[in-house]
Amino acid sequence: MARESFFEQQAANRRQSWLLALAVLALLGVLGYTIGFGVSGESAGGLATTVGALGLGTVLSLGSYFAGDKLVLAASGAKPVSEADAPQLLNVVRELTIAANVPMPKVYLIDDTAPNAFATGRDPQHASVAITTGLLQKLDREELQGVIGHELSHVRNLDIRFALLVGVLVGSIALLSDFFLRFTFWGGGRRSGSRDREGGGGLQVLMFVVGLVLAIVAPIIARLVQLAVSRQREYLADASSVELTRNPYGLERALAKISSDKEVLEVANRATQHLYFTNPIKKFEARSSGLFSTHPPIVDRINRLRELTGEQPLAQGEIAALAGLD
Amino acid sequence: MQPWIVIAIVVVVIVLFVVGIYNGLIGRRNRVDEALSQIEVQLKRRWDLIPNLVNAVKGYMGFEQKVLTDVTEARANAVSAGAQGVAAQAQAENMLTSTLRSLFAVVENYPDLKANQNVLELQEQLTTTENQISFSRQHYNATVLDYNTAIQTIPSVLIAGPLGFTKRDFFDAEPEAAQVPKVDLSLG
Repeated sequence: MARESFFEQQAANRRQSWLLALAVLALLGVLGYTIGFGVSGESAGGLATTVGALGLGTVLSLGSYFAGDKLVLAASGAKPVSEADAPQLLNVVRELTIAANVPMPKVYLIDDTAPNAFATGRDPQHASVAITTGLLQKLDREELQGVIGHELSHVRNLDIRFALLVGVLVGSIALLSDFFLRFTFWGGGRRSGSRDREGGGGLQVLMFVVGLVLAIVAPIIARLVQLAVSRQREYLADASSVELTRNPYGLERALAKISSDKEVLEVANRATQHLYFTNPIKKFEARSSGLFSTHPPIVDRINRLRELTGEQPLAQGEIAALAGLD
Repeated sequence: MQPWIVIAIVVVVIVLFVVGIYNGLIGRRNRVDEALSQIEVQLKRRWDLIPNLVNAVKGYMGFEQKVLTDVTEARANAVSAGAQGVAAQAQAENMLTSTLRSLFAVVENYPDLKANQNVLELQEQLTTTENQISFSRQHYNATVLDYNTAIQTIPSVLIAGPLGFTKRDFFDAEPEAAQVPKVDLSLG
């Protein structure tokens, strides 16, 4: 594959990602408006809730923009690494920061035997890379390079900022929908009924119903959008990693080893799973080609790398052999 | 409007234009110099590491002396080539890289050496330095390409020559060194 195609892919990815972020924001606005109109019965009420919803999204976004990385690192039990703990890890990160032309990120270790890694932060100047002790033990130097290259690609492409922001916007849609559904449940419907006599109730009822439907559907749509972005970015980060290391085999073997590993990452949860190198929650892996997965199936990721080198794609069963575990 | 005002405006515009181009070229040339100094820091680090490695392995019985003298010689050549410009230096450093690679290949045959903590650490240090050199070289070559293209294209070519902007050399990789060196470093 030609070198330009990485940049084309990158540019396309950026465009699509911002469109998707705008779509999520618009969804938040529309949801706010219909809920407000439906409850109050007038346009002003709708606007007030729209402002409220967008305000909520903005406040939460700003919060996560400045403190989200610390929250994620703390929630994962990540500890800063010193030169004495893992010299090779720091060497590999330093090498690849030169290749990716990004500043040296803060490097953290998570004490967990399941091999995995993630990057977070608001920009390359405030980035952190965390890897598990299991990853350090199970991968050799070339494989580690592949994984770190993948994470630094997320840093360089600003995926880390995007993941923080989209995560929060999706969260605020869920929050708003939840709030509305509970409100309806506790008697919002009664109040709207009493206003029916004052006229103009037809539109209000319609808005109320639309709001109700949106409140149920919007969180699901938002989540699907987030997941689609997340999966796309994993492919891009794999390709960028190879661009940095000039060595597709390290990353390929790392993916194979990690997918053959049976351990479960205990510190990962639904809120942080999309950040990791591979999906840490193994039960999702079985249906991971589906809409509800944060990561593409590993066999697809390996085969896309093999496309770059012009090699034959592998079947699911051949992964263990590649990992050298046969 | 007086004709001299028109002329003055034209002159000012031309001067601003030339200043803009000149500053752009200076910026690019500084990036080339900065990228080169980044490579030099790492090359120097490698020169400093090599005597330690030679000392660590030479005590082992029957160790191929030829390989060690090759490395030492290549290092001395690389150090002295530093003053002869980028192209000569790149060649000497590539020589050094390949002798080091054969040294590590020989080390593979000595289980004692492979298990020696000191040798392992030096090997890791040299591997990372070598990777940093090759990544810095990519970066340097990209800045040189950008700078050379700038001084050879219109309009900047019109002022680049008279103002003493000359073409820079690439820090060339030998064909086989384009790949990451295959040194097995599974430390556990």
